[in-house]
Amino acid sequence: MSETQVFGMPKVWKSEVHTHYCPGCTHGIAHRLVCEAIEELGIQNRTMALAPVGCAVFMHQYLDIDMMEAAHGRAPATATGMKTVRADKIVFTYQGDGDLASIGMGEIVHAMNRSLPLTVIFINNAIYGMTGGQMAPTTLLGQKSTTSPTGRDAKVNGYPIRVSELLATLAGPAYIERVALTSPKYIIKAKQAILKAFKNQVENKGVSFVECLSTCPTNWGKRPVDACKWLEETMMPYYPLGVLKDFE
Amino acid sequence: MAKGRVTVREEFCKSCGLCVEACPKKTLRIADHLNPKGHRPVEQFKPDDCVGCAMCARICPDVVLTVYKID
Ligand SMILES: Cc1ncc(C[n+]2csc(CCOP(=O)(O)OP(=O)(O)O)c2C)c(N)n1
Repeated sequence: MSETQVFGMPKVWKSEVHTHYCPGCTHGIAHRLVCEAIEELGIQNRTMALAPVGCAVFMHQYLDIDMMEAAHGRAPATATGMKTVRADKIVFTYQGDGDLASIGMGEIVHAMNRSLPLTVIFINNAIYGMTGGQMAPTTLLGQKSTTSPTGRDAKVNGYPIRVSELLATLAGPAYIERVALTSPKYIIKAKQAILKAFKNQVENKGVSFVECLSTCPTNWGKRPVDACKWLEETMMPYYPLGVLKDFE
Repeated sequence: MAKGRVTVREEFCKSCGLCVEACPKKTLRIADHLNPKGHRPVEQFKPDDCVGCAMCARICPDVVLTVYKID
């Protein structure tokens, strides 16, 4: 009888940290998938990353790589600077929907259009998590938040923005895919997408963008398991999964 | 005879229950005791049914679980 380890902690994950995320928050899953991709590609000692402003603001304490903190929404601009002066480095940004799709919408559009070889991990949880559950550009119609207490109304707040579709209209990007982090089957696909987004950069292929549909159990007011169900039933029909752009 | 085994880093578990839901053989549950952070950690109460598929570890946001296959 012999035993083989089939799943363990990736080396890039700092093993002794307690993340500050709420129970069941899928930010942790996204972090782990990024760690796995970096480890599998063997790029740990040449990866530099940008943490966002949002719940993932302490990400630099959890990953054993060089990380910097950018101003709210400005990670793509800072990443552009990093990649320009250190083209040998692997540079990625990790951003929430308030960060990337609201205050940082200008930066991401131009970075995607310029298409330097960068990787962008976009966490879409349809809400501002860190600041206490305000409406994000991605909040669904009818979804309640502290700034849309009766539900988002298209007449007042406009329609939720499908960021991946929007960016896929640009000629520049190499790869855009939307994935979800709510069950093992979706997570396995998400892992492949994130791995590809990093591999593209190793092969100098232009900017790659992975949108991860994520849960925010605390601000949605749901138990973690119910939050995953709500995401699959309510968010997924509006934000369909799949590859939106692939250069090859 | 169990085909798999799971170990839990109890002090890092936040009791979210995503792994309990994900386990296809329903071998996991939330324990009764508390960890130092005040959460009730996950435990494997039917170890003989574990097949080592690692579904639990794949969904864990806190990298609490390590999975072994036994053959
Ligand atoms: C220039 C500036 N404006 C506003 C804020 C306040 N603020 C902090 S986090 C945040 C939104 C974060 O939401 P999101 O990007 O969706 O990330 P999440 O917390 O949901 O992961 C805002 C508006 C700030 N820190 N800096």
